[in-house]
Amino acid sequence: MSKSNDSISKTFTVVIALCLVCSIIVAGSAVGLKSKQEANAALAKQVNILNTAGVDREGRAADVVFAERVRVAAFNQQTGELQAFDTLTAMDQHLANVAILSGVDGAQQAGVRDMRAEIPVYAVTDAEGSVQTYLMDIRGAGLWGMMYAYLAVEPDGQTIRDIYFYQHQETPGLGGEIQNPRWTANFKGLTAVNSNGEVVIEVAKGAGNRDNGVDALSGATITSNGVNNTLQFWLSDSAYGPLLAKLREQGAIL
Amino acid sequence: MASAKEVKQTLFGPIFANNPIALQILGVCSALAVTSTLDKTLVMCIALTLVVAFSNLFISIIRNHIPSSVRIIVQMTIIASLVIVVDQILKAYAYDIAQELSVFVGLIITNCIVMGRAEAFAMKEPPMMSFLDGIGNGLGYSIVLLTVGFIRELFGSGSLFGYQIFSLISEGGWYTPVGLLVMPPSAFFIIGGFIWVLRVFRPEQVEAKES
Repeated sequence: MSKSNDSISKTFTVVIALCLVCSIIVAGSAVGLKSKQEANAALAKQVNILNTAGVDREGRAADVVFAERVRVAAFNQQTGELQAFDTLTAMDQHLANVAILSGVDGAQQAGVRDMRAEIPVYAVTDAEGSVQTYLMDIRGAGLWGMMYAYLAVEPDGQTIRDIYFYQHQETPGLGGEIQNPRWTANFKGLTAVNSNGEVVIEVAKGAGNRDNGVDALSGATITSNGVNNTLQFWLSDSAYGPLLAKLREQGAIL
Repeated sequence: MASAKEVKQTLFGPIFANNPIALQILGVCSALAVTSTLDKTLVMCIALTLVVAFSNLFISIIRNHIPSSVRIIVQMTIIASLVIVVDQILKAYAYDIAQELSVFVGLIITNCIVMGRAEAFAMKEPPMMSFLDGIGNGLGYSIVLLTVGFIRELFGSGSLFGYQIFSLISEGGWYTPVGLLVMPPSAFFIIGGFIWVLRVFRPEQVEAKES
């Protein structure tokens, strides 16, 4: 038997058969578990949104609380239109089909390459149903890759409530500290944009002593610059700026 | 059929007598990376044990048909497929831990223990024994990792499986955590200590002095 094992035809037969069997198993597990994985990812997103908004779930399932307390909408930054959706899935499907803009002001600087004509907004209400927090989904390039975060602002459209980086690839212990609650606590209560819509928040070395400044992370200059660029871009007129202007003029929307 | 003694030897031998990490010094990278907390460690141990056991089983089943010219590629294909399946299952049923482990689950493919057992044992032995050998080596790996994870989490963060055991000074308690233990290199020292203690009790594992 072992003699014929090394013949060319036997080698090819074994390799091809093995590849077929393995690919069927791998593809089968990927397809079979996909719905479960997507449900997990969606649930994780809802948990992140609720946590960033500071909602106490009181031990209840995240999707239940999310449906009760969060209103989702797609914001068109050029026309200023808000289109509300019933569910997160519906909005995600809608956003996936929105055209990707090119040459957006400041997008290059922040490292955002796939800026869409509409961006998501999450309005988180208190138990009585009045909106307490608006969440923006922001992202920008760090040292190793894209950093994704939720930025929560008060209904006045100026004050930052919290920022949470839910996905990044920065070095643990250095750039990875962007996730550290002790660092992100520095953002709380700062003014993101002034009443004229100019972005006033900054992240820079030594900025902690200035109004609306946050000290850069030590040992993570490029990451800190990335966070700064991300904020400058997403709070500007090219992204969430018009939404914040609307909040300042009209008060609570959604 | 193998005798009961052989079965026992195959299954429990790798735990202390022929431990893949402590004696063969294989698969150390993942021992450094995933041992900062016990829950991560436990999931990694289960994942690795399953992969070694089943890769051994499948390779052993087809061992008489594997052409020797491509045997490493055949082994890698089987191991890689199993690892992807494990990764998919983790993403479906243990999402949080899968997020933290993601890269390291994928790196099981390159774990020397898996390849080493496939090449050294499964290519020669019948399927059942190979499966047991895989479980045994997985347990050997697990016992080292769990020891390291236990020490690192208890003294590095004052907790076990995420439950606070020692109240930390930063939260008004008495315990000052050992910062070094949170960092991956500390696992080197602990594994070194583990090997030392093991060799005190089993002097036959000490290598002969090089002349």
